[in-house]
Amino acid sequence: MSDMIAAFFERLNETHGLNFSVFYDAFDRARFITGLWTTSYICVIAIAASLALGLLGVWIAGGQSRIGRLIVRGYVQFFRNTPPLVQLSFFYFAVAALLPTVSDGFGGRSPLVSGTGWAIIAFSLFAGAFNVEIFRAGIEAVPSTTVEAAESLGYTRLQLYIHVVLPLAFRICLPALNNNLINLVKTTTLAYAIGVPELHYAASQIWSESFNVREMMNVLLVTYVLLVAILVFVMGRWERAMRIPGYTT
Amino acid sequence: MKTAGTDLAVLLPYRAPTPIAPSGMAAPVLLSGAALTVFAILFCASLALAQVTARPAGESATTVLLRWAPLIFQGFLFNILISFLAMALGTLVGLLIGVAQVSIVAPIRKTAWGLTQFFRNAPWLVLLFYAMFLLPFEFRVFGLTIAFPAWVKAVIGLALPVAANVSEIVRGGIKSIPSGQWESAEALAFTRGQTMRMIILPQAFKRMIPPWMNLYAILTMATTLISIVGIQDGLTITRAALVAESRPELMIPLYLLLLLMFFAYCYPIARATLALERRFNVKA
Repeated sequence: MSDMIAAFFERLNETHGLNFSVFYDAFDRARFITGLWTTSYICVIAIAASLALGLLGVWIAGGQSRIGRLIVRGYVQFFRNTPPLVQLSFFYFAVAALLPTVSDGFGGRSPLVSGTGWAIIAFSLFAGAFNVEIFRAGIEAVPSTTVEAAESLGYTRLQLYIHVVLPLAFRICLPALNNNLINLVKTTTLAYAIGVPELHYAASQIWSESFNVREMMNVLLVTYVLLVAILVFVMGRWERAMRIPGYTT
Repeated sequence: MKTAGTDLAVLLPYRAPTPIAPSGMAAPVLLSGAALTVFAILFCASLALAQVTARPAGESATTVLLRWAPLIFQGFLFNILISFLAMALGTLVGLLIGVAQVSIVAPIRKTAWGLTQFFRNAPWLVLLFYAMFLLPFEFRVFGLTIAFPAWVKAVIGLALPVAANVSEIVRGGIKSIPSGQWESAEALAFTRGQTMRMIILPQAFKRMIPPWMNLYAILTMATTLISIVGIQDGLTITRAALVAESRPELMIPLYLLLLLMFFAYCYPIARATLALERRFNVKA
């Protein structure tokens, strides 16, 4: 099967000059798949970290500490209202310069956090800021009578959150969360700017060597649309499974 | 006479030890300039740090910053210009696709839906590359050569996702109008086109404004992407300044300066969006 595909694209290159090298050239394919892997890896970790950040942020924002609230507010507004690319540059070029380097085991010095690491940090912070707002909206949408009922049963704040507020709030904010996570997947292309070998970077390496810009651009575009489509599909299924019967239309 | 306490068993009202989360972060409180204050403090601190750590022989960090600030601001203004143009083009195309999305002609509706989904789900940077690399740098129409400079291509590249997003906003706006409006228009013998133009769209526009403004803020922040494809914008100039000065301690203040500019521009838009959203909020 894979031989047939490879043969087909090789013939396409010879007859029509359409050079889809990723489909028949083993080296290009390996690079592309590595890029795909890096993108997925950044996505998965950043999604998990941003969800954790969102929960932590909304917990502090609802807490008693005034300073804590102020910090969360500042964090949310800062990351929501500045360009993610500049945030990434800020972390990768400016903040990284302040950190010490570590020995890489070969006698050289390497930075404490790699480009991929900074990409994950920057994207997690970026998406986390949106998640704080999304969770807040979800928590606010939990009917106050439900919260009061739980309070009157003597739940502590933590118990109230875990057993009553969060399960409901999570279901309410799932659609908004989906949008944000999809946005995060699309944002990962920015890692290209700091030379992280993700999908876009791998594609650009291939087209600068094989001179097949048009073909690779299309492959790249379709790959991303497929990636996002998979996420949309999975999250849509999940959303339907988690639906509160009779709560929304 | 007893003044306090009683021998009888009394069930005292239960008081929650701490206020419950949501009220603590009530939306109006967010309005305060807290974020801006935090930002300004951060910026000043980084500048002071740079001042302290600077080499004794060199100029002070503030001098260097002041020298580059106007140029970075110019670059930032170029970002704003690009955002205006891309928004205008994107809105225009998006309106058409959005209206086509609710067309009664199935092929038109499906094509519009497909276009919207495709461009909405593709990363902005990839679309920008797409426009930059695949559009010709000049057009020949009847022997007339129309130059197609890089920034025009960038505007088109950024307008693609904007159009798709506007299309969804338009569709959502139209769908949010109660079907009774359609029915009463039909009863008054309005044609479909007339209903759309004179009844549905004017009402939908009002509801489309907040998400549209939100999209504009997102687009403004996305305009920095053009620095990746080699157009001189705020980010490019900031980097150039850092290379020219080669003073690592200035990195944080300079990047923060650029971030501050974007923040000062996008934050009021975000505030206004929230305020409008609250005003137009129609709760069932």
